[in-house]
Amino acid sequence: MKKRQILSAALAAVMMAGTVAGCGGSTDSGTDSKAADSAAANTEAAAADTAAAETASDGGSASAGEGKVYYLNFKPEADEYWQDLAETYTEETGVPVTVLTAASGEYEKTLKSEMAKTDAPTLFQVNGPVGLASWTDYCYDLSDSAIAGELTDESFALMDGSKMAGIAYVIENYGIIYNKALLEEAGYTAEDITDFDSFKAVVEDITARKDELGFSAFTSAGMDGSSDWRFKTHLANLPIYYEYKDEGINNTDAIKGTYLDNYRQIWDLYINNATCEPTEISIKTADDATADFVTEEAVFYQNGTWEYNNIADIGDENLGILPIYIGVEGEENQGVCTGTENYWCVNAKASEEDIQATLDFMYWCVTSEAGVEAMCHDMGFVIPFASNLESENTLVNEANKYLDEGKTPVTWVFSTMPSEEWKNGVGSALTAYAADQTDENWEKVVTAFVDGWATEAAAAK
Amino acid sequence: MEKAMRKYMPFFVLPTFCAFIIGFIVPFIMGVGLSFCEFTTVTDAKFVGLSNYVEAFKDTVFRHSFWYTALFAVVSLVVINVLAFALALALTQKMRGTNIFRTIFFMPNLIGGIVLGYIWQLIFNGILSHFNTALGLNEWYGFWGLIILVSWQQIGYMMIIYIAGLQSIPGDMMEAAQIDGASGFQRLFRVTIPMMMPSITICMFLSITNGFKLFDQNLSLTAGEPSKMSEMLALNIFNTFYGRTGWEGVGQAKAVIFFIIVVGIGLIQLRATRSKEVQQ
Repeated sequence: MKKRQILSAALAAVMMAGTVAGCGGSTDSGTDSKAADSAAANTEAAAADTAAAETASDGGSASAGEGKVYYLNFKPEADEYWQDLAETYTEETGVPVTVLTAASGEYEKTLKSEMAKTDAPTLFQVNGPVGLASWTDYCYDLSDSAIAGELTDESFALMDGSKMAGIAYVIENYGIIYNKALLEEAGYTAEDITDFDSFKAVVEDITARKDELGFSAFTSAGMDGSSDWRFKTHLANLPIYYEYKDEGINNTDAIKGTYLDNYRQIWDLYINNATCEPTEISIKTADDATADFVTEEAVFYQNGTWEYNNIADIGDENLGILPIYIGVEGEENQGVCTGTENYWCVNAKASEEDIQATLDFMYWCVTSEAGVEAMCHDMGFVIPFASNLESENTLVNEANKYLDEGKTPVTWVFSTMPSEEWKNGVGSALTAYAADQTDENWEKVVTAFVDGWATEAAAAK
Repeated sequence: MEKAMRKYMPFFVLPTFCAFIIGFIVPFIMGVGLSFCEFTTVTDAKFVGLSNYVEAFKDTVFRHSFWYTALFAVVSLVVINVLAFALALALTQKMRGTNIFRTIFFMPNLIGGIVLGYIWQLIFNGILSHFNTALGLNEWYGFWGLIILVSWQQIGYMMIIYIAGLQSIPGDMMEAAQIDGASGFQRLFRVTIPMMMPSITICMFLSITNGFKLFDQNLSLTAGEPSKMSEMLALNIFNTFYGRTGWEGVGQAKAVIFFIIVVGIGLIQLRATRSKEVQQ
C-alpha cells in the first residue's frame, strides 16, 4: 500500500513538473520564450526552434543588450545558405541571428502568427505594393539606412509615399527555360523562335513527332498548389503588363482584359502539348514538372532563374531561357520577365537595439565578402547592390543576353494583383478550362480575371 | 476514498485546467473579441464594431459552404452510424477473429486527417484519370470522396462505442425476449436499439459535429476545388482569414458564427436523442 502511494505521488510530481515548466516558461518574456515555445507547442518546427533557442541564448549571454536578428525568409531554396550565413555572422560579431523559412503560400500565415509573438521577426519580406498594404504599419523607414545607399537603382526600393518601406534584395528572371540539346534534336534552335507564331509552329511540330522524338514540348502545367503560381501569377503577368503598357499605368482597380485572348493562346499551347493530358494537370505538382524537364521528357519549362539548382543536372551547356511570347505586336523585341517580389522590410515595432542589429546585419550581407559570396554564389542571386558579383547561374546569364541585345524586359506587375483570392479564382478557372476547353469555360476565366479583379480590388481594405 | 479524492482534486485537476485555459478559454475570448476588430496580427487590433459580421453574411461563398457542409454532415451522419452499428452487431456475434477485425476497422482512425486526405486523393485521382477527369473538377466528386474518406476513418471509432454499448445490454433481457417469441427484427428494434440510445446519442453527436468541423481532410483532399465549390465552413473561414488583406476580422466573425451554429445543432441533437433514452 505504502509503495503504491509513493509511486502515485512520484507520477503526479512528474506530471506537475512538466506542466509547470510549460506554463511558467511561456509567461517568461525575452530570450527564453523561444525555448518555452518549443516545449509547450508541439509544432513540427520544434527541432528548428530548439536549435534557434540554443543560438539565441548562447549569443545572448555574450552580447546582452546589443539586439538580435530574426529573419523570416521566403525562399526555401536558399534556406540552407541563410542558416550558414547567420552562423558566420554570429561567429564574427556575436549578434544572434535566427532564420526561419516559410514559403509555398505559407509565408503570410507564418508571418501573421510570428508577428504576434513577443520575439517577432525583425526582418521580414513583402512581395510588393499589395503585400505591403497589410504590413505598412510594421515597416521601418529605411530611407536613411546604410543599405539604402548601396542600391544601384532607386527603383529597387519599395516606396510607401515618402517612406522607404522595403528594399529588394534579389532580382530574378523568368521565361520559358528550354533544353538546347533536345531542341536541336527536334531540328530547331532558339533563333527559330522570335514570336508567338514561330514558337507555336515549333511546339506543335514537336507534339506531332512526339513518339518518334521520345519527348514532349512542354513539362506538365501542374495546377497543384506547388506549381499553379507559374500560371495564375507569372503567366498572367504578361496580359496585365501589356494592358498597363497600353494604358500607361502601373496599377489599376479595374482590369479590362484586353490581352486575354493572348493568354488563352499561350495557355492552350502549354496544356495541349505537354507530357500529360490536360485533364490531369489539377494533380500535377512542381516536382512533377521539374522531373519531366530533368529526365528530358520535355523541352520547354516555364519557370525562373531560381529553379537553376534543381535543373542544373542536365548541364549548363544545355540550358537556355526564352521570353514568353503571347502574340502581341512588336514582341520580337520583348525580353524575359525581370523583377522582384522579394523586398526586405524591417519590423518597426521591434526594439531599437533589434532594429539597429537588423540594419547592421542587412548591410553586412550586401557588403561583406562572406555575405556577398553567399548571396551571389551559394544562393545564386543577382543582387541590386553595388557589390553584386558575376553570376554562376547559367539561367541568369542566359537571361542577361536579352538585355545585352537591347530587348525590353517585361516588368513584374503581378505584385499589383489585388489578392490571393483573385489568383485562386483565376487558377481554378484555368484548371476547369483545361479539362474541357470550350468557349464557355474560357468565359469563366475571363470573368474570374476581369470581374474578379474589380471585386477583389473593392474588397481589399 | 471519497475524502481523499476531494482533498487531492485541485491537485489532479490543475494540469488539465491549465491546459484548458491556455488552449481553449483564452483563445476563445480573444477570438470573439477580435471578431469586432480589424487587425493584421492578433495582438494589435482596432475596434470596428459589427462591420465584420455584415461582410460575413454578405459573402455568397460562405452561404454556399454552409449548405454544402450541412448536407455533408447529414449524409456522413447517416452513413457512418448505420455502417458502424452494423459492424458492431456483426462483431459481437460469436465468431472467430472478431478481435482482429475490430482492430483493423479501428486502425484508420489512428492516421491523421491531412495524411488520409493526400492518400485518398491519390487513390481517387488514380481511378478518375481512367475516365479522363479528376477530383478537383467537380464538386460532387469531392463531396462523395470526402464521405468515403470520413466514413473509412470514423466508422471504426463509432463501432467501438457501439460494441461497448451492445456488450452492456443484459443477456437475460435478450433471452426473455427470445423466450417470449420475439423475432430477430423485433429484438433489434424493440430491445437492442432502445437499450443502445446512450451510445447512439454520443455517436450521433460526435459524427454531426465532426461533419461540421471537418477541416484537414477537406484541405488536403480537394482544397475547395473547383472554384471553392467544395469548400466547407472551416476551410472557408481559414481562407477568408488568409486570402485577402484586411479580411482577418471577417474570418474571425465567421468563426464565431460557425461556433454558434455547431453548438446550436449539437445541443438540439443531444436533446432530441436524449429524450429517447430509456432506463434499464
